[in-house]
Amino acid sequence: MKYIALFIISLIFWLLLTFSLTTSNIIVGIVAALATTILFGKFFVTSIYKFLQPQRYFWFIVYLIIFIWECLKANIEVAYRVLHPAMPIKPGIVKIKTDLKTDIAKTTLANSITMTPGTITVDIIDDYIYVHWIYISTDDPEEYSDKVSGRFEKYIKKIFE
Amino acid sequence: MIDYLNILLYVQIALCVFCLYRIIRGPSIADRMVGIDIFGILVVGICAILTITTKRSYILDIGIAWIILSFIGTLTLAKYLSGKKLNE
Amino acid sequence: MEIIGFILICVGILFNLFGCIGLIRLPDVYNRLQSATKCVTLGTCSILLGVLFFCGFAGAGVRALIALPLLFLSATVAAHALVKGAYIFGIKLGDKSVKDDYKDVIKS
Repeated sequence: MKYIALFIISLIFWLLLTFSLTTSNIIVGIVAALATTILFGKFFVTSIYKFLQPQRYFWFIVYLIIFIWECLKANIEVAYRVLHPAMPIKPGIVKIKTDLKTDIAKTTLANSITMTPGTITVDIIDDYIYVHWIYISTDDPEEYSDKVSGRFEKYIKKIFE
Repeated sequence: MIDYLNILLYVQIALCVFCLYRIIRGPSIADRMVGIDIFGILVVGICAILTITTKRSYILDIGIAWIILSFIGTLTLAKYLSGKKLNE
Repeated sequence: MEIIGFILICVGILFNLFGCIGLIRLPDVYNRLQSATKCVTLGTCSILLGVLFFCGFAGAGVRALIALPLLFLSATVAAHALVKGAYIFGIKLGDKSVKDDYKDVIKS
């Protein structure tokens, strides 16, 4: 089942990349997608039925809008810290607990943490995420895990679990 | 409009000099690798602006290939830093 | 349409400039990577969106639309790999750092 899904996704990617619908182009695309499927099919996500549930796409769009807004704020904040003459930075590595279970949900959370205000993911070990933060504003573990990952975690849970 | 875009292209090329400074001067090996990573992303921006000014769309294909190659190169160097063999 | 694209490209190059200034000014590897991943990646994404507005939904525009998520995912994963590799290699955090929870995990 997951092999068929990967085949369709790679064929659509090839058709978008070349952007022409001649017969020879489609034949080359089918051969390339088949080779990709045979070589890398076993690394694809396992629970494929989640692609067919439409409410996940709705939550994905809501998540995307929030994510782009946070990205813009992150950019402006980091630019302010860079351009300020005294450079008001207070860096360090903090440890944050997460409730997500599946691998792809953890990967998405780590990627979104990397792209938002002054934080970058160093490592994931079991349930804990280690985050390098450019300006540690509080010392309380509850408060900063809510500040770093609380905004995204509820949406990611609705999308991937 | 095209003239202004040419000026922006020169600005983007001048930004690469900052990365070269970091690659040459960087005190440790990790600093140099950060410079190389950023250099790869800046080249994609140059490809994107060249696509508009010359009106040839195959230049953006070079940009896509450059994204993937710079990604693989950075991963290989990072694996070397953490002291592993390449097939682990 | 061309005006919107031109403004997007200008904003992107401004963010690239901030990122490169951060690459020169900030004190240690981890902070440099902060400014580099965020400012430069988002700036280049903005330039690619500008190309999409300039060329319309054909030829170069669709390619820019494909390059955008590829750039986003590859830049974030490369940043993770660089940070972890630099820490295992033994590069210390800078003098201004206030906290380090990761040290205990690596030792054991």
